[in-house]
Amino acid sequence: MYKKIVFVLFFISSFASAQEIIKGTVTDKKKQPLFGANIAWQNSKSVTKTDENGNFSIEKSTEVSILEISYEGFETQKIVVNSTEILTIILKEVNSLKEVTISKTKKSTEHSLYKVTNVQTMGQKELLKAACCNLSESFSTNPSIDVNFSDAVTGNRQIKMLGLTSPYILITDENIPSVRGASQAYGLSFVPGTWVESIQITKGAGSVINGYESISGQINYEVLKPFNDIPFFLNLYGSQDSRYELNTNFNHKYSDKLSATLFLHGNTRQSRNDMNNDGFLDNPIGKQVNILNRWQYNDAEKGWVSFLNLRYMNDEKQAGQVNFNPETDKFTTNAWGSEVNTEKIEISNKTGYVFPDMPYQSFGFQNSFQSHKQESYFGFNQYTIHQKSFYSNLLFNSIISNTKNKFTTGINVAHDQYNEAVALNFNRDFSRIDNSLGAFFEYTFDNLDNFSLVAGARIDQHNRLGTFITPRLHIRYNPWDQAVIRASVGRGKRAANIFAENQQLFASNRNFSILNSDGKLYGLNPEIAWNYGVSFIQKFKLLGMSSEVVFDYYVTDFQNQAVVDIDANAQQVLFYNLEGKSFANSFQAEFSIELIKHLNFKSAYKYFDVQTQYSSGQLQKALQAKHRIFGNLSFETHIKEKGQQWKFDVTYNWLGEQRLPNTTSNPVGYQLTDYAPSFAVMNAQITRTFSSTFELYVGGENIGNYKQNNGIVQSENPFGTYFDSSMLYGPVFGQMYYAGLRFKIK
Amino acid sequence: MKNSIIVLLVAFLSISAVAQDAKSKNKKVVFKVVGNCEMCEKRIEKAAFSVKGVKSAEWHVDCQDIHLLIDETKCSKEDVAKAIASVGHDTEFAKAEDAVYEKLHGCCLYERIK
Repeated sequence: MYKKIVFVLFFISSFASAQEIIKGTVTDKKKQPLFGANIAWQNSKSVTKTDENGNFSIEKSTEVSILEISYEGFETQKIVVNSTEILTIILKEVNSLKEVTISKTKKSTEHSLYKVTNVQTMGQKELLKAACCNLSESFSTNPSIDVNFSDAVTGNRQIKMLGLTSPYILITDENIPSVRGASQAYGLSFVPGTWVESIQITKGAGSVINGYESISGQINYEVLKPFNDIPFFLNLYGSQDSRYELNTNFNHKYSDKLSATLFLHGNTRQSRNDMNNDGFLDNPIGKQVNILNRWQYNDAEKGWVSFLNLRYMNDEKQAGQVNFNPETDKFTTNAWGSEVNTEKIEISNKTGYVFPDMPYQSFGFQNSFQSHKQESYFGFNQYTIHQKSFYSNLLFNSIISNTKNKFTTGINVAHDQYNEAVALNFNRDFSRIDNSLGAFFEYTFDNLDNFSLVAGARIDQHNRLGTFITPRLHIRYNPWDQAVIRASVGRGKRAANIFAENQQLFASNRNFSILNSDGKLYGLNPEIAWNYGVSFIQKFKLLGMSSEVVFDYYVTDFQNQAVVDIDANAQQVLFYNLEGKSFANSFQAEFSIELIKHLNFKSAYKYFDVQTQYSSGQLQKALQAKHRIFGNLSFETHIKEKGQQWKFDVTYNWLGEQRLPNTTSNPVGYQLTDYAPSFAVMNAQITRTFSSTFELYVGGENIGNYKQNNGIVQSENPFGTYFDSSMLYGPVFGQMYYAGLRFKIK
Repeated sequence: MKNSIIVLLVAFLSISAVAQDAKSKNKKVVFKVVGNCEMCEKRIEKAAFSVKGVKSAEWHVDCQDIHLLIDETKCSKEDVAKAIASVGHDTEFAKAEDAVYEKLHGCCLYERIK
């Protein structure tokens, strides 16, 4: 550079010039003229601006020969001027990564005023608030999703939306259905939180593009993209309940088009905890290895983008009595124990093509192969399932006359091969093959102002569910400033995997029976439900503080359901087709406010009325609180020059009374009360960022130390008739503290 | 035989020459439109879309230009500019009438092109 300058200086002096005018044009990469770009000689104060055609003229300077051209959103260019020929300057746009850093601070969870569907996007900032550790735990700061307490045997945290458990939520990995079938119970815990870039939560019917299975909503998660990723990331976590986690991401950019990330995750818990002194482990012990290799190919000019994911996961869990040793006690009455071993292999590819001269038109092609194998036993109950599935989706996006009218259409194919066997009070093989072929069309209208709608329908042919049509409709209207009303209606249909979805029931001495035999799904019929919902959001200023209220009301009305009945008798689990009514009504009121800059308060009240017609009558769903209150307070200090910052986060959850399953057939000592008491739990976290590359965090869960002590019925004799560990309504471990660190190389 | 090949070739070349002249169905056009705010954006884009043949229209407040994709067989950039001018916004190719301009919302009263 210096050489050049010297050279140029030499040049200039040799041309002892008179007053000369430099002329030129400033454009962006696409040769579009930039209007209002600043042109100035280096270190000089006089600035000239380009006109609307990007043209400028500036008097040649006698002292300096370096011209600086700057324009907001573009990289400043310096050029050496040594002649009066007309210059053409092409400015490079600041790449999108940098743009994000200069934009205003994004909210960690965003409610959109303009999207048609009721979608919330949880960014990484929100995900970091729950330091630990996998997807099932990342919703604890989100009021729309209820995270249940992990039950002692499976260690699993089930999530609920609109009062319905996760099987009724379509969970997708970048729009490829992922947590379904065999992986329904544990699937979310197999996705480490540090792999996730963002989560989109759609309440209500959802889109037809990803299938017919969603009933109460859709959760989509986006994994970090190699193209934008940082070279190295490390996360270490350790907690008082002796859970240790390690996450490392290695990213390498092979060229400006090809990049890859290797994600490595490992977790383990080895020490045996029994804080409520019932002789049972509060959390399963075990370990997990989880590896993902993700490749991205990007050719922006030609319009191609493609991803390839290769993933392997192995998870081992052991639960049950503290003194249980699998080697000597498995399938004996020495001690009660359980082991769940899961192996998952996944290969998926996603390719997108945008027509370079028609940016509104694109193709997408997704393919995914997954193998999910679970081998497990719970005392004497045995359960194995191996699901091999293939999913392929071809989409085409375009417009009808203009971009106010867009559409997406396509076809998809799904193939699921299940090898499933149970050894309970009966032994049976439920192996089967499911095939389906579907076509969909979704139309989006936007008047570019205050109204938009998405109307979609799909037709599917499934070897067990039959041929059926799935319609979905979403409407958005902005009645006035900063407000939005949304409405949605849609139908969903699915094949319940009655065992995979209700595995926690294996940890009991209940007898299982399926009362119907004429259906094609374990003798049962497909589940069919309609979902209707309305929601209203108003953003406003309250005493100058930006605030927001959200109200939503959703109704899910089942036409058929695979009813899981644990109320008929405390020694039985019955599965049968719904006869009568089953519905889930949910109301949520949310209020959030930015009290002072960087101090945010979010609160919600939730009401659920979830009822099903059981053999013993129309009952509220067991283990579902009718009233819930949620509060979250977060504060962060200003980011200092080197990135130093403090972040504080407190979440409060209050759960009202929950109906407990009927235990009146048990002897008095083994009976539960009709309702569980209401209780509250509080979590808190403090993060200290030392620089933009290193931070530490500490936190506590259930700080009030609330414990459910009688969680397991007949825990002193797990081989007795009344043993049941599936009726947990609250935490068993009590308070738990953790700490961890994150380190990045940028 | 040779002749026929040449004739064919010439014919082909002339056709492709015509094709090159032919109007594009996805012509990218950018021109200057002046405005101030989000309300302007809605008004400008709405006006652009009212012209048959406009497939996509995005106006940027920061660079004061509109990015269009138009079907040239159905409309021209001048048609779009006229439509935008008719709702009160000055453009590179057409100016708004004073009467229309003055009726714009207070915050939309941009500095006019002279």
